[in-house]
Amino acid sequence: MSSYYHEDDLARFAEIGAAAPELWQKFQQWYSAVFTEGALTAREKSLIALAVAHAVQCPYCIHAYTEDCLEKGADVTQMTEAVHVAAAIRGGASLVHGVQMRNMAQKLSM
Amino acid sequence: MSTLISRQHPLASPAEQLRILNQPEGLKPFREALAASGLYPLTATGIQIFQVNVGKLCNQACKHCHVDAGPDRKETMSRETAELVIEKLASTDIPILAITGGAPELNPNFRFLVTEARRLGRHVMDRCNLTVLLLPSQRDLAEFLARHEVEIVASLPYYTAERTDAQRGEKVFDKSIEALRLLNGLGYGQPDSKLKLNLVYNPVGAFLPPEQQAIEADFRRELERRHGVVFHHLFTMTNMPISRFLDFLIRSGNYGHYMQKLVRAYNPQAAAAVMCRYTLSVGWDGRLYDCDFNQMIGLPVDHGAPSHLRDFDYEALKARRIVTGQHCYGCTAGAGSSCGGATAS
Repeated sequence: MSSYYHEDDLARFAEIGAAAPELWQKFQQWYSAVFTEGALTAREKSLIALAVAHAVQCPYCIHAYTEDCLEKGADVTQMTEAVHVAAAIRGGASLVHGVQMRNMAQKLSM
Repeated sequence: MSTLISRQHPLASPAEQLRILNQPEGLKPFREALAASGLYPLTATGIQIFQVNVGKLCNQACKHCHVDAGPDRKETMSRETAELVIEKLASTDIPILAITGGAPELNPNFRFLVTEARRLGRHVMDRCNLTVLLLPSQRDLAEFLARHEVEIVASLPYYTAERTDAQRGEKVFDKSIEALRLLNGLGYGQPDSKLKLNLVYNPVGAFLPPEQQAIEADFRRELERRHGVVFHHLFTMTNMPISRFLDFLIRSGNYGHYMQKLVRAYNPQAAAAVMCRYTLSVGWDGRLYDCDFNQMIGLPVDHGAPSHLRDFDYEALKARRIVTGQHCYGCTAGAGSSCGGATAS
């Protein structure tokens, strides 16, 4: 196996349902309901999904939601801004832990 | 971008396009999808639109063009054939003449077709690339269209320059906006105006169009806010995997994925509503086709119906069996696709 990730595996996602079909069915129903247009538009949900895909660094999700965002009428500028939101939260999450570092350093220091 | 034919590209040949499209690659044949929906063989339900392609000459050479149109193309409808179009149209009650190309306005017989069809009381639609309205030779074109109350169906793939120019060529967006302002100034696209101005969105790449109402709302908001441009409706169209778009798909490594996407997204509701069922397509040389796409890949009307204007038989053509192929998945994917936009929910 040359890589842990294979593009073709995305289309095989449903195979995960083979050993637990009821759970897979429930996941599918819930997933479908989550992405149905509601208080947020389908495009807003797709852009959130794209941002989260980058935050969790899932190549399958990045593939799927890049395509989905384009098919929801978003352009690369909007999609890039969504990725920056993910990056900002990730970066901010690291940085805010610096307060914990400072607390600990203060406690340990004279 | 240059035409496939000027590059002597193998895909300039309809036979080569069909050869690629007919390679199985695990894709269900379109006729089987139709059969599973109870629609095989597909038949016409009448003729509401006489869609005349007057030739391949165009002042643009867009990357996705299914006609392989461009400034170097010479195929153009003669006066004799244009007169035959009007003669046959007059012999029917078909309510709409849709004129397409290339840039149909560049054909010297375009204004003859418009004038005569209007004289017959038919609704006329011009499938316009917008920039043609700014050519020095076409300075009076917009006024001509307005005077004859021709509906304009104009291509504009996105409300930003970057995406529009990526598909249609440098500075096309700016010129398109200038042309839209010219049309708005004549009353086109204004609320309650009888001068209808509709836009056509098609994806700038290997993906399906968005939901029509959602993207129409975006276009309306952004074109008015950024450019003060108004229009009536926006129609979404799927890119057909033929000609220059097929070339793009193959060169970019997207062909297999795109075809699978179209097949997976087959929608029986869209299949039942495909526009070939109520359209007759006429080529620049008078040949008859079920649609403009079949025309470009060399699949004329068949199954016993006449395939040339000179043999026009309205009754036979109204109920003809339609010629289909793997490219037809382009019109049946998702919400469907036609010259009038989405055909299903």
